[in-house]
Amino acid sequence: MKPAPFVRHVPRSLDEALKILAEVAGDDGRILAGGQSLVPIMAFRLAKPAHLVDINEVEGLDKIADDGQTLTIGARVRHAAFHKPVTANPLGALLAYVARHIAHYPIRMRGTFCGSLAHADPSSEWCLTAATLDAVMIAKSVKGIREIKAASFFDGIMSTHLKEDELLAEVRLPLLPADAKFGFYEFSRRAGDFAMSASLVTYRLDGGKMTDARVGLGGAEASPRRIAEAEAQLNGKAPGDAAFRAAGEAASAAIEPLEDHQTDAAYRRDLVKVVVRRALEHSLK
Amino acid sequence: MSAHTKGSGGNGMKWVGRSIRRVEDPALVQGRGRFTGDLPAAHWVRFVRSANAAGTIRSISAPDGAMVITAADLKGVKKITPMLHKFEYRPVGQPILADGEVRFVGEAVAAVVAATEEEAEDIADLVEIDIEDAAPLVDSRAAIADGARQIHAEAPGNVILKGEAKTPGFDDVWASAAKIVRIDARSNRQNATPMEARAAHAAYDSVTGRVTLHCTTQMPHLMRTAIADCIGMPESELRVIAPDVGGGFGQKMSLCTEYVLVTWLARHLKSSVGWTEDRRENLIASFHSRDQYITLEGAFDKDAKLLALRADVLSNVGAYSCFPTTSGVEPLMAMAEMPGPYDVQQYQCLARGVLTNTCTMAAYRGVSRPVITFTLERLMDKAAKAFAIDPIDIRRNNLITTFPYKSATGLDYDEASYRQTMEMAVEAIDVPAFRTRQQAARAKGEYLGIGFATFSERTGYGSPAFAARGMAITPGWETVHVTVDPSGFVEARIGSSPHGQGLRTTLAQIIAEEIGVTPDMIKVVHGDTDTAPYGWGTFASRSLVISGGATLIASRKIRAKLLKIAGHMLEAAETDIVLEDGKAKVAGTDREVTIAAMAREAYTQTHRFKGEIEPGLSESGTYDPPGTFSNACHVAIVRLDPETGHVKLERYLVAEDAGRIINPMIADGQVHGGVVQGIGNALLEEIIYDESGAILTANLADYMPPTAHEVPPIELHHMETPSTQSVTKAKGLGEGGTIGPPAAIVNAINDALTPFNVEIDTIPATPQRIRALLRNAERAP
Amino acid sequence: MSEKAAITLTINGKDYAIAVEPRRTLADAIREDCGQTGTHIGCEHGVCGACTVIVDDAPVRSCLMFAVQAAGKKIRTVEGLASGDTLHPMQQAFMDNHGLQCGFCTPGFLMLAVGVLEREPDISDEDLIDVLSSNLCRCTGYQNIIKSVRAAAAEMRK
Repeated sequence: MKPAPFVRHVPRSLDEALKILAEVAGDDGRILAGGQSLVPIMAFRLAKPAHLVDINEVEGLDKIADDGQTLTIGARVRHAAFHKPVTANPLGALLAYVARHIAHYPIRMRGTFCGSLAHADPSSEWCLTAATLDAVMIAKSVKGIREIKAASFFDGIMSTHLKEDELLAEVRLPLLPADAKFGFYEFSRRAGDFAMSASLVTYRLDGGKMTDARVGLGGAEASPRRIAEAEAQLNGKAPGDAAFRAAGEAASAAIEPLEDHQTDAAYRRDLVKVVVRRALEHSLK
Repeated sequence: MSAHTKGSGGNGMKWVGRSIRRVEDPALVQGRGRFTGDLPAAHWVRFVRSANAAGTIRSISAPDGAMVITAADLKGVKKITPMLHKFEYRPVGQPILADGEVRFVGEAVAAVVAATEEEAEDIADLVEIDIEDAAPLVDSRAAIADGARQIHAEAPGNVILKGEAKTPGFDDVWASAAKIVRIDARSNRQNATPMEARAAHAAYDSVTGRVTLHCTTQMPHLMRTAIADCIGMPESELRVIAPDVGGGFGQKMSLCTEYVLVTWLARHLKSSVGWTEDRRENLIASFHSRDQYITLEGAFDKDAKLLALRADVLSNVGAYSCFPTTSGVEPLMAMAEMPGPYDVQQYQCLARGVLTNTCTMAAYRGVSRPVITFTLERLMDKAAKAFAIDPIDIRRNNLITTFPYKSATGLDYDEASYRQTMEMAVEAIDVPAFRTRQQAARAKGEYLGIGFATFSERTGYGSPAFAARGMAITPGWETVHVTVDPSGFVEARIGSSPHGQGLRTTLAQIIAEEIGVTPDMIKVVHGDTDTAPYGWGTFASRSLVISGGATLIASRKIRAKLLKIAGHMLEAAETDIVLEDGKAKVAGTDREVTIAAMAREAYTQTHRFKGEIEPGLSESGTYDPPGTFSNACHVAIVRLDPETGHVKLERYLVAEDAGRIINPMIADGQVHGGVVQGIGNALLEEIIYDESGAILTANLADYMPPTAHEVPPIELHHMETPSTQSVTKAKGLGEGGTIGPPAAIVNAINDALTPFNVEIDTIPATPQRIRALLRNAERAP
Repeated sequence: MSEKAAITLTINGKDYAIAVEPRRTLADAIREDCGQTGTHIGCEHGVCGACTVIVDDAPVRSCLMFAVQAAGKKIRTVEGLASGDTLHPMQQAFMDNHGLQCGFCTPGFLMLAVGVLEREPDISDEDLIDVLSSNLCRCTGYQNIIKSVRAAAAEMRK
């Protein structure tokens, strides 16, 4: 179980990285960031990239910036960077809570936020986060910069709308309103396993009623996304069991469930109902 | 947490019963262990494995210039053909590389040899195997269906063996029953998953013409015998070394084709050749276990006394038969030990081993007993429900309480404590308090359950037990050579082959106790066929009983000789001499002589013995015991999440009796590890094939051994009923921990499920399975 | 095959000048090119943690890094834990508490626990269980590993 041979490129600047990527993209070149998803699939030889553009030596990609509106996360910011809140905005606490659910401690030391998004595993906690919060992906190539909204970024299981010569250079997450509530819940069989369903929710309260509700769902369909049907069950209602249950039911009915050996469609719908409701319940804790 | 009722120095013994630190550890915690994969080699092997579950090989094409070995190159190398002389066993042979036909996904078809592992894998990727597909048979029920394709010409109907038992008078007793209770149990397939996968390294010595094979195995001597047989070479030309072995759990006690090939290659190339199995290969192509369907019926009288058992065991043994135990290991164990700890004298059983297009089944810790205990203990709980009595009471009514006891299958149970360990567990877990908590939880929509498993475990059995199965090879006895060298230090060479069990420590304790030296003066040597006496290795909860017994026998001889020498040197009667603190002392005097001085005398001043004492200080002991039964009661408390089907273990308690405990710390460690493998068996671990015979769980994210997070604190309670069938009075406990959890946990799950009126009789009891039952119940009107 | 790169790995303070293909994992390079076989390989896909080492103060899976990526970094393996004849408190605790049986997973658990406790000496018991769930052990049932690491954590805080 050894990876197939490849040529490694070690750019020192972003421009150099993009230039090399442009050169090798057509020849099955890929970005190597944390490697915590890519290297295992290379070990199984499910991927045999001929070139790896290793961005671990590129200056400046490990920055997290909070400009009062947006949190910008660089291409090489590792999961562990979020172990403690990176901003006083509620988003910091949200990211810290979600980060603890990503794989295991040593994986979080190496794996990157942007790498998770580019890898696009349906179960990825960061993909769910990006979808729920309507992140904006900044894709860079020698041809220029593209901004891609989360809703149009994911393209099914382990696939995105990034072009082969594009590097996901940064991700922008809108800061949450200061009074925002959030909740997260995921279900897996063992600690650190891929989520069999996960939900991230945020909302505000206006006169005791929920508003601006976001219900994100991951691990249940080919790509994570917001579930409008569930959000509709929340906006204008008081937070509580009735609304939370209705949102769970709505999400469960709305999905096109992924199926695998440990989760058939009916079971996936069961789980979705539960994770959405429990994420909402978590928002009250 | 552990409470030892005896031992720990309270038994009047100095070393036996003490939790001394292990002598194995200093090297291992410093990264100085020596494992097979640590050795450099001139050549590395990569196996090209079949992607098809069944079919005929049309062609194999290799890239130009590559060294690719196929069956055609192995003329003269014999197939592995294990043998049983009973039970309508059909001997089937496994070629070292697939020869004409493939029978499971993962079967080795070709072996690529290159300078590095990477290069070998690159070439292996380019080897093309063209196979004409046949329809695969994955499930044992499909394989015995009328008209099913025959997987081996030698085994009509794909039944490789059939065991039948029926006690005289069974029919009458059956007909007299007040109630018949039935369970259809399903145990899915598992992989033992040692953390070190298989590995072999063979090096040819051009001076002697010998090959030294380092391999990760539980039985080095039998590997030597079997590999030499396959290749057709004298055993004297093969030295097998089991260095540090990273866990085995049964998976490493069977002969694998890969080790034969690596040895053959070293001779063929006159060089060194290495192979390290990767995790995917281990999961798909090493050995599997536990794939069984068991239907068990119990006939009870009106007072819930068990009168008779009737069992139908269908064991999926995979594509080939494993060596040396054969594919009888699971079905025949199930047949012989089904009645477990219960007093039941009427028994009928049909046990079949069925060939399929899946990875070969072999021994895995507990061998069948996790499955039969699960089945029998589920049956007892179902019976308790049918009679509306407490699950504990039905066990009280039926456990064996007088010993020795002859089972319906003819096994002799020695003194044990089935009832006492259960009562110990019942008291420790505080059942009334739990029931109160359970009721309160239900009122809040939370579901707790408690489950019990009582079982006996046959351990430390010698050659007659294997002969009873009709095995062509009857591993049983063990030999130990104990030598006090002229410096006064002690070396024990053993035929067992421990790999994590701490036997170097516990055997040293036995020797120290007997001859009055400290354990740090004793070195226990194993694993090298050039230096260790022929023996059978470490498996089947045998080593402490059998190798420990042989150690005690040899040590007693050393002791007797030391007393003689001391008598000479101290001019005293032997009966007045005590051996302690490294000295022989004349009781009640200040006359003494050190063991070192006696040892020196035994080699260098033998003329003083005037021919009354043989020179040297080296003795041998061999032991071949009948077997002794350990027993335990396991209790699980679970919290069931009915919405997700998830089961969280809240508490796990073991009350167990393995006779005299030599080192309580090590004994507890064996139970802990066993229990957690059993938790995997009960809840998590499952090798899943799809209909094409491909494995969907070929990595450690999909095949799920428990992590620290899924495991509750395990509470241990011990009793020590000294064995009358073991010279050390110790019983085996290597497997017991693994046997109880599926039964205890699934009984607890079913207790939690009571309000929903559904039951689960499948292991692992996965959340998907539990949810499916609950979903159906919710839909029902 | 692809072209080999000449790199220097610094393991436990000692430099190893080696030539490796870019695809060589750090785990393989430590073991085969540098001869430090105390680091074990259990799965090669990042799940079992047997190969855990500390790279620049972070416990990582050495099977999920390429050796070329570790050039110039400080690598610590099980062989470097003891100072001379004095065992690291973590090693001592594993021996005192029977935290190992076959010993194959042990180097990975030692490096995981040392790596995390050096970063977070006051980690809670609950978080510690989460951390230890990163690695697989098949022998001990984790009971005595947890006990060992808690004992060593207390000792390391002194």
